[in-house]
Amino acid sequence: MTPGQRRWIFLAAVAGLAAFYLWGLAGLPGFGNYPGPYGDIINRIAVAQTKATGVVSAVNFEYRGFDTVGEEFILFVAATAMAVVLRHLRNEREQDSRDATEDWSVPPPSDSVRLVALIFTGPVVVMGWFLASHAQTSPSGGFQGGVILATAFFLIYLSGQYLLFRRISPADITEAFEAVGAGGFAAIGVAAVIMGLPYLKNFLPLGTTPGAVSSSGTIALISFFVGVELAAAFILIVGELVEQTLLVRQGDQ
Amino acid sequence: MGSARAAYLPHVAAVVTPYTIPAGIMDVLQVTLLVLVAAGATAVVLIREPVRQVVMLSAYGVLLAALFMAFQAPDVTLSELTVGAVALPMLLLLALAKVKRREPAKQREPVKGREK
Amino acid sequence: MHIFPFVVVVYILAVGLYGIVTSRHLVHQIMCLIVVQSSTYVLLLGVGYKTGAVAPYFYDIPVHTPAVDPVVQALALTDVVVEAAVTALLLAFAIQAQKRFGTLDPQELVQLKG
Repeated sequence: MTPGQRRWIFLAAVAGLAAFYLWGLAGLPGFGNYPGPYGDIINRIAVAQTKATGVVSAVNFEYRGFDTVGEEFILFVAATAMAVVLRHLRNEREQDSRDATEDWSVPPPSDSVRLVALIFTGPVVVMGWFLASHAQTSPSGGFQGGVILATAFFLIYLSGQYLLFRRISPADITEAFEAVGAGGFAAIGVAAVIMGLPYLKNFLPLGTTPGAVSSSGTIALISFFVGVELAAAFILIVGELVEQTLLVRQGDQ
Repeated sequence: MGSARAAYLPHVAAVVTPYTIPAGIMDVLQVTLLVLVAAGATAVVLIREPVRQVVMLSAYGVLLAALFMAFQAPDVTLSELTVGAVALPMLLLLALAKVKRREPAKQREPVKGREK
Repeated sequence: MHIFPFVVVVYILAVGLYGIVTSRHLVHQIMCLIVVQSSTYVLLLGVGYKTGAVAPYFYDIPVHTPAVDPVVQALALTDVVVEAAVTALLLAFAIQAQKRFGTLDPQELVQLKG
């Protein structure tokens, strides 16, 4: 089958798919007329029930906490599988990285990049930590805060300090942090089971002021663990991909 | 939307809070951002050179984040901004660097992804 | 305006699928997959939107203000981050494919045997 034929078959198929899709979407109550009861019910009762003013994080970590455990473990498995897939690669490439570097020159990073990375690393760490620990208050949470925390480590790599990046995030310690994050989330649920409650039920005291940092029970704690796991997973992922660069640089010097 | 549906749709009126943008301006904003997102998606697909496509993907992530903000979803905006505009392009560029170094020297012209 | 966001969703899906089908470079294909995934985020948020409503955060507004649906926002939020990690895994597979078969062209990879 030639590429041209494949393209025509694809266009016919996607026209059919789009027709069905639009026919189905036309049965929805239009954009802006949200009818369903669940959103309204949760908006009304979430603040009183969980003392958390960030309703999206309350949904993520309390009302649908079991789904979030599943998604976090998808991420954990993806990072681990990537380490497995690429580690075999690294062992074999050690010997012929020499001849690959003959016509490859690594330019040093520019001064403006290094200055920006130097200025922003500290504030980014603070921002990531702030976001990961305030899930119940405002638009924040473990997922966003963890990625921003990992971005601080990427800034160190981008400023040219590759060896420093490897030294502050060695693979085994990063994997340990990732395991602590993922396991901590599951362990909070198991702790609820040990107390005789359903899995992942909110068993810590809820506090009195809605939206304070110490209120909302396990939501803040779960968000902290999710932040740790996300940051470690992304650092691990990037660490796997940059491993080749070190071999090239040592071949140059 | 038949008339039978209207029987159980709750009455949704435009509520005036201190934070409400007038409904007309919000509509214009959303339509503009939707058109820009559609154009951005077309551009991402039609650019075949991978490194340029990564830059366009980063801009597309910022456009998506603005669209999510217009849909009153600040949490999703934060996620999309950090992941789609920062972390994903970084991963893609690192993977592209790793892949390009492995090509033999005679194939090292710019890789075009367009079909003949 | 009643159906325009959903038309845009279908368009982004179709464009992304076209990119996947007619691609000649594995990393280009992965980026088109990212575009397809982004169409689902727009769909989720479009379904939950209520005209004239605010974001569902009640830190400084009274609790009974009409707000948009938080459940679909929670879905889209974890969606965005988790699919980035899965994309990273796909990139690792692309790197391995180039190492083993020497090519990044998906239409040549199909024909390699053994």
